Amino acid sequence: MRPFDIVLAIGIGLALWQGLVIITDAPHFILPSPLRVAQAMWHSRVIIAENALVTASEVALGLLFGSLLGVATAIQLALSRTAERIMLPILVFTQAVPVFALAPVLTLWFGYGMGSKIVMAVLIIYFPVTSAFHDGLTRIDQNYRDLAQSMGAKKLQFLRQIQIPNALPSLGTGLKLAAVYAPIGAVIGEWVGASKGLGYLMLLANGRAKIDLMFASLIVLACLTVLLHIAVGILANRLSRYAGGEVSRTG
Amino acid sequence: MTLPPGILLSGQHYLEGQLLFKAELELPAGEWTCLLGRSGVGKSTILRLILGLETGGRFEGSIAASDGVPLDRRIGYMAQSDLLLPWLTVLENICIGARLRGTAPDLERAQVLLDRVGLADRAGAKPAALSGGMRQRAALARTLMEDQPVVFLDEPFSALDAGTRADMQELAVEVLAGRTVLLVTHDPAEATRLADQIIVLSAAGAAPWPVPASPPLRSLSDPETLSCQTRLLDHLRGVTV
Repeated sequence: MRPFDIVLAIGIGLALWQGLVIITDAPHFILPSPLRVAQAMWHSRVIIAENALVTASEVALGLLFGSLLGVATAIQLALSRTAERIMLPILVFTQAVPVFALAPVLTLWFGYGMGSKIVMAVLIIYFPVTSAFHDGLTRIDQNYRDLAQSMGAKKLQFLRQIQIPNALPSLGTGLKLAAVYAPIGAVIGEWVGASKGLGYLMLLANGRAKIDLMFASLIVLACLTVLLHIAVGILANRLSRYAGGEVSRTG
Repeated sequence: MTLPPGILLSGQHYLEGQLLFKAELELPAGEWTCLLGRSGVGKSTILRLILGLETGGRFEGSIAASDGVPLDRRIGYMAQSDLLLPWLTVLENICIGARLRGTAPDLERAQVLLDRVGLADRAGAKPAALSGGMRQRAALARTLMEDQPVVFLDEPFSALDAGTRADMQELAVEVLAGRTVLLVTHDPAEATRLADQIIVLSAAGAAPWPVPASPPLRSLSDPETLSCQTRLLDHLRGVTV
């Protein structure tokens, strides 16, 4: 996307928003105008930044731990047929339990601090990462297996030399999903019980009818998520290019 | 190199309860055997059976080396697709066997083999940067790197253009000299050009086909080679109908 396109898209979005405010003639405590939200954002910049930092840390740590856990699980599943048979149904079942429903319990177990939010983010991204990477590890051309077998390959070496590099693009896809899900997990955690973070700030602002501040927090959260998505997208792209044998332009 | 073993296969192979083929097959030591037959008759199955790979069916019979030593890990294998790993350089791909066994590769030997297949200056290139012919030459070097007395080739040249294929055939004959080779092919011209022994596989069994008196690598313009190729083609078409 070219910079001009981005500016244009933002412009159209803001125009639609302003148009809606004018058409509905909604009072500012129901639907604030873009300008009012911008003013609130500037006015409360310190408090927004403080809380954004908390949420961003939760998301980053959740993403890190969740990805590591997912990668480790996928490798374990790829190495053992038994583990695969037993673990996969359990994994699918855990995915069927909505994390939203678990949020109060997690807050009870891990407290009101960052811990419970990180766990929430980990839980919400664990499955997409595991599933995507496991798929990449096991979906491998039978001819490679035959060649490796004829060469007397060791299972672990086959995993290291062929399966893992081959699965890197799939891992990238899983991480891109995770980057979008992780903030959701963190914010749900903050809604259920917290004293810091953008989710907490949104609830607080909403409760005090400071809708402009709520929107400001929401926009900052969305921007954080987009930035994270772009960063992980670049990483995923690099993984793909590496596995495809292209030399990275920047590295 | 010590004398390579010959291989004897005798028995029948069933696929989903149906008899696929019943065959007796001898691969003479140090010679090129070319295996032909229509698609689905079990050419690749024979190759996989001897290699000890999964065939999806059931084999009753025996497979043995003429020297009585088990065949495990004594057969090099080259398939139709080059199976180069795109993220490794050509040199690293040549050494993949050692990497997969968790041992240190002999880089000097790899370099010598790359030189032998004419890829010395492309050692650091990724496979994506190579032409189809170059990739197949790299795959050949990888097979040579394994240094096995027996080499199985499963239609390794069929995806190449005619000129490159002829070059590859000559190179393969040169570098695989002194090994027991089994080449599975669809191409009567290729078989006639390269084979010490031609075997045509059909449901009725594995039947030898007379090869020209001249030694491989034969010139295809030679009248005897040409007529052998034509008769072989006719025979294969007859089998198909």
